[in-house]
Amino acid sequence: MALGEIARSLDLAKGTTHGILRTLQHVGFVEQDRVSGHYQLGAALQRLGAGHLDVNELRSRSINWADPLAARSGEAVRIGTVFDGKVLVVHHVFRPDDTFQTLDVGTLLPMHATALGKVLIAYRAEGAVPAKELDQLTHRTIHTPQGLADELQRVRDAGWSSEIEEMTFGTASVAAPIRGYGGLVVGAIGINGRVDRICDSHYRPYQRLVTYVREAARAISRDLGAAAR
Amino acid sequence: MTERYVVAIDQGTTSTRCIVFDRRGRLVSLAQQEHKQYFPKPGWVEHDAAEIWRNVERLAPEALRRAGITEEQVAAVGIANQRETTVLWDRDTGTPVAHAIVWQDTRTDSLVRSLSAAAGVDQVEHDSGLPMATYFSGPRVRWLLDRRPELRERAERGEILFGTMETWLIWKLTGGLHVTDVTNASRTMLLDVRTLDWSPAALAFFGVPRAMLPEVRPSVGVFGTAVAAFPGVRIGAALGDQQAALFGQTCFSPGEAKCTYGTGSFLLLNTGAELVRSTHGLLSTVAYQIAGGPAAYALEGSIAITGSLVQWFRDQLELIASAPEIETLARTVADNGGCYIVPAFSGLYAPYWRSEARGVIVGLTSYITKGHLARAVLEATAWQTREVVDAMNADSGLDLTTLRVDGGMTADNLLMQSIADVLDVPVVRPLAAETVSLGAAYAAGLAVGYWPDLEGLRQNWHRAAHWLPTMDPEVRSAEYANWRRAVERTFDWTRHS
Repeated sequence: MALGEIARSLDLAKGTTHGILRTLQHVGFVEQDRVSGHYQLGAALQRLGAGHLDVNELRSRSINWADPLAARSGEAVRIGTVFDGKVLVVHHVFRPDDTFQTLDVGTLLPMHATALGKVLIAYRAEGAVPAKELDQLTHRTIHTPQGLADELQRVRDAGWSSEIEEMTFGTASVAAPIRGYGGLVVGAIGINGRVDRICDSHYRPYQRLVTYVREAARAISRDLGAAAR
Repeated sequence: MTERYVVAIDQGTTSTRCIVFDRRGRLVSLAQQEHKQYFPKPGWVEHDAAEIWRNVERLAPEALRRAGITEEQVAAVGIANQRETTVLWDRDTGTPVAHAIVWQDTRTDSLVRSLSAAAGVDQVEHDSGLPMATYFSGPRVRWLLDRRPELRERAERGEILFGTMETWLIWKLTGGLHVTDVTNASRTMLLDVRTLDWSPAALAFFGVPRAMLPEVRPSVGVFGTAVAAFPGVRIGAALGDQQAALFGQTCFSPGEAKCTYGTGSFLLLNTGAELVRSTHGLLSTVAYQIAGGPAAYALEGSIAITGSLVQWFRDQLELIASAPEIETLARTVADNGGCYIVPAFSGLYAPYWRSEARGVIVGLTSYITKGHLARAVLEATAWQTREVVDAMNADSGLDLTTLRVDGGMTADNLLMQSIADVLDVPVVRPLAAETVSLGAAYAAGLAVGYWPDLEGLRQNWHRAAHWLPTMDPEVRSAEYANWRRAVERTFDWTRHS
């Protein structure tokens, strides 16, 4: 379609329409023909319709970044996606201390009480917070809808999430979003471990660890074709 | 003191990579470049060695730039390379006389068939520890010299030089040092694997002039100092890629084994100072040699088709859009439904070495879905591993207790679980996925004292994941019997005219 045609059907000024189209083009939802200058629906939109990224594909594409994250942070790494209102663990790298650990792949975790889950709800394409009951797992679990809404706003503002003794006493986790083609969040990557190793004496995650997690998430997103941000 | 690093050059079949590692064996930066594959005729595969060298020259500074370091901070460089690929070049001009003949190339098929019947072949197979096959470099050199008689004359005068990829790269890096390492030399069929020098019997048999051959050196030890790509940096090691992966997995003790799952798969078992001659279809090869020490040997089981079966499923059958989706499809069903796929696409490698075999899909019924086929694809890799492990246990008299794995297919959890199930031993994936380059880096760092000893390297190895066997023993033995019956059905399919 030509720009004028689109502007008329939307009843918007051409300049405004052009701005919107440029934005859509940037994330791959719209493509522009180089010769005619006409616009059409982009490839990213079709993938959006297909739903989600295959979880085995996500693992395969993340594995070379998840390993270095475990090596740098010294903690276990997990990658999760949304499945049936829960976090499905699709990849797990052991904490690199050679102690006996069990592979968590396939395990379902609560959304509201894990760093992975908070990222996944905060960036859900559908927007809304799940209406499920918020089980109180420890005395620190965020179990009120308002409390969770505030927490998710903090996650969106910061670009990463944390969970401190909200699922199990003595453990904490940090996570960041993995974006796929077009910038949609397709998963989350995070570290989890003993609270005294993840957090300082004020129960704040160490900035160094947060940086490692966010760098790994950005690297995977870049590989998946998300625009650099 | 400024931090120092070790660099690996991983010269592989499809691409060349330069990777910078730190003292804890962690990847610091990576630069990678693919090179062109030439297929001039069916069964022929070639590379341009000059292009590969240009890539190394470009990638070296790029990897250092990405790591933010200078040549002065590089303690040593190590090389891991595609094995058996054959390069001939002019000593004076430094120009290859032809494209390199790649390890997958089968142009020497008829030559190898006639050599297999020639007098003296038993001695050559004994000296080299290898069966007569198109896979190795010796027949390729013979083919090139037969094809162009002027080359033979010049080769006899030492004007034309032979090398596998590491020899070519070291020659270019050092500006004219003509050397190879024991692991690469052990894949030519020209080396006596006990004396670790060229076998006079093999040279006479293939008609290869000694003047064109490089000097054989230990894998771990300073080869020389680079004047190009990494000016001033010492070259501390060279190893064939599969041997480098064994080193990177720190399989330094007899009985330790690793399997690298890629297009094909290669299982190497360290047999220590003892050369074990296989009676079950495995290759006897050199694992590594540290300068001043004895060689460590390995038994190798080579499986031709593993990852490439998944690629075939994706590209030729178009049942999946990407390779990892094979796991998604396979998980739509609980078992193989009685269906087995034996991927003898170009015959079977270890332990059968049947070049006339061709692939089969058996057990088809109207019940079978694409999910069952996907299961059968993954199980084919697991059972082929089992057959190689059985051969290793029989040859070495050692029972494998753990299998260390690496390579792209280790991302497939269902496959890794299947392998643990059919082997009935734990399967372990290390934290460092890049075991080939890591092995080259370890070897180079060891040569210059960057790392003190093998024990120090072991400390860098960490477990990233493991899969424990859960299969019922009765199911395992019934399935194995079915697999072997399926394999029998591939035999004698094609016949040589």
